[in-house]
Amino acid sequence: MSAPVSENPVLEARKVTMQFGGLKALSEFELDLRPRELVGMIGPNGAGKTTAFNAITGVYAPTSGDVLVSGERVNGQRPYAICKKGIARTFQNIRLFKDLTAIDNVRVACHHRRQAGFTAAFIRSAASLADERSITRRAEEYLAVMGLADRRDELARNLPYGEQRRLEIARALATGPKLLCLDEPAAGMNASEKVSLLELIRKIRDDFGLAILIIEHDMRVVMGVSERLVVLDHGIIISRGTPEKVRKDPKVIEAYLGDAYLAEKHISVPGEGA
Amino acid sequence: MGHLKLVFRSLLPFLLALPVLWAATAVLAHFEMWSFQYILMMAFIDVILAVSLNVVNGFTGQFSLGHAGFMAVGAYTAAKITVAMRGMDVLGLPPGVSDQVVFSAALVAGMLTAAGAGFLVGMPSLRLRGDYLAIVTLGFNEIIRVVIENTPFLGQATGISGLPRRTTLVWVGMGAVATLVMARRLVGSTHGRALLAIREDEVAAEAMGVDTTGYKVRAFVISAAFAGLAGGLLVHLIQLCTPRSFTFVKSIEVVVMVVLGGLGSVTGSVIAAFVLRFGVEALREAQQYRMVLYSMLLIVLMLTRPTGLFGTREIWDLLPRLRRRRAEGGAQ
Repeated sequence: MSAPVSENPVLEARKVTMQFGGLKALSEFELDLRPRELVGMIGPNGAGKTTAFNAITGVYAPTSGDVLVSGERVNGQRPYAICKKGIARTFQNIRLFKDLTAIDNVRVACHHRRQAGFTAAFIRSAASLADERSITRRAEEYLAVMGLADRRDELARNLPYGEQRRLEIARALATGPKLLCLDEPAAGMNASEKVSLLELIRKIRDDFGLAILIIEHDMRVVMGVSERLVVLDHGIIISRGTPEKVRKDPKVIEAYLGDAYLAEKHISVPGEGA
Repeated sequence: MGHLKLVFRSLLPFLLALPVLWAATAVLAHFEMWSFQYILMMAFIDVILAVSLNVVNGFTGQFSLGHAGFMAVGAYTAAKITVAMRGMDVLGLPPGVSDQVVFSAALVAGMLTAAGAGFLVGMPSLRLRGDYLAIVTLGFNEIIRVVIENTPFLGQATGISGLPRRTTLVWVGMGAVATLVMARRLVGSTHGRALLAIREDEVAAEAMGVDTTGYKVRAFVISAAFAGLAGGLLVHLIQLCTPRSFTFVKSIEVVVMVVLGGLGSVTGSVIAAFVLRFGVEALREAQQYRMVLYSMLLIVLMLTRPTGLFGTREIWDLLPRLRRRRAEGGAQ
């Protein structure tokens, strides 16, 4: 692990449980993320990965357990408040502001860093004009980082799929996060696009010094880029550790490939009771 | 020096509009085009209504059907004040000047009470969206009307009659300019973009740090304040303040203007307000077929341009030269 252990965690999830009626979508989810860490979260469909994201970012208030951002408890706070504390996210199914331009998409994300108040906009005070300038400049920087500078005035809906994905990351970065949560950023991309996207993600981590939590379906991709992995199945963490360790974990293989595969390959799963 | 320049620039639209409105008044008076002037004033009031409703329905993407309710609140407040202050000389000013001062104070008071009503309706309605919000705002509109009809202080169903005629072309013109300036500066600012983000995707807006609840309330409050202004101007033009002017039919009329012009387009709202107001007058010739033709006109327009006359675009988006200059101004 590249991060020094002494640094305080950006995010701590303590026994976070999400219950929807009789369904426990997530149970006793535990996660620590330190600055500059790149952690992958994997698991089969319906394992609770996105639920974990939603519980962390405030879309749902956890049924029990605690979420701490830089040591501060944020359970039950609204998503915009959690965003201000430094957690940004992207969405599995792209949720851009489709009828706004690329630059405006990113400028919205700079909104919470404004200085001037609401009424200042109507009298065009010096402070509000300065805000607009600094927001625009910052938004242009983030577009450039994600290689979208020439798409500045294009409507988000008119961008090709891969660029929409990147614009969503640019927008999340513009909120100035300490932790960036990416929900399947490479979904729907071909192999070479995935590799270049993950290179970009690593570069973002290094340049901005962020912690990154990434959900990804493609095992090869996520194994290559993550320093640590968390594996979820049926809302329970079934394995965690380095990619090498997780790859060999029979529980993980079972969750992904089923026990028929294990029987065929003569691998035994310890603690079959679950 | 810099501050003076800023103040000047922020007042520029008003300073430019004033001589134009004075000149227009003089010209219309010279040719004695009284009915045209009356229709023009009504059209300006419609502009205020349509543009202010566009802040909620167009920018923020919430469907409000209670605009006439906010108009009523502003109208009755202003009417009560001008009636109570009639004949009084405020601060020992000459009668003409005093009347204008009272009228402007009455309009501002109307805007404030309407804004308060907007806050009250906005707060509980925020959990609702789409059709549900429309029903709640419609209900609010009806509550206002029923309350007025049963309050002796407000003149019940007969309303308040014999109001002084204070509304002039200059007043409605300045009101329209103020509304346009408000809308333009709002969408041009980060706060306006927050509203647009709510319209586009509320979940994503919230995740990107926009306090969606707070901004929806603000949109409601601003929109209601300007509806109150329109109400105050209207009753001092027709010199009568009755609940019949503020039924939900009026609300729907305003929604039609906004949808026809294009949700989210200020230019569209302005043009639709003028087209509908003058269209209705032009169709007077057709007598009993008037409303039939009016409805058919609406149907044809909606079939040929489903997103309204302007969609979400503005007139300045269609002028490449202006747009380039704006882009350069934004980049510096």
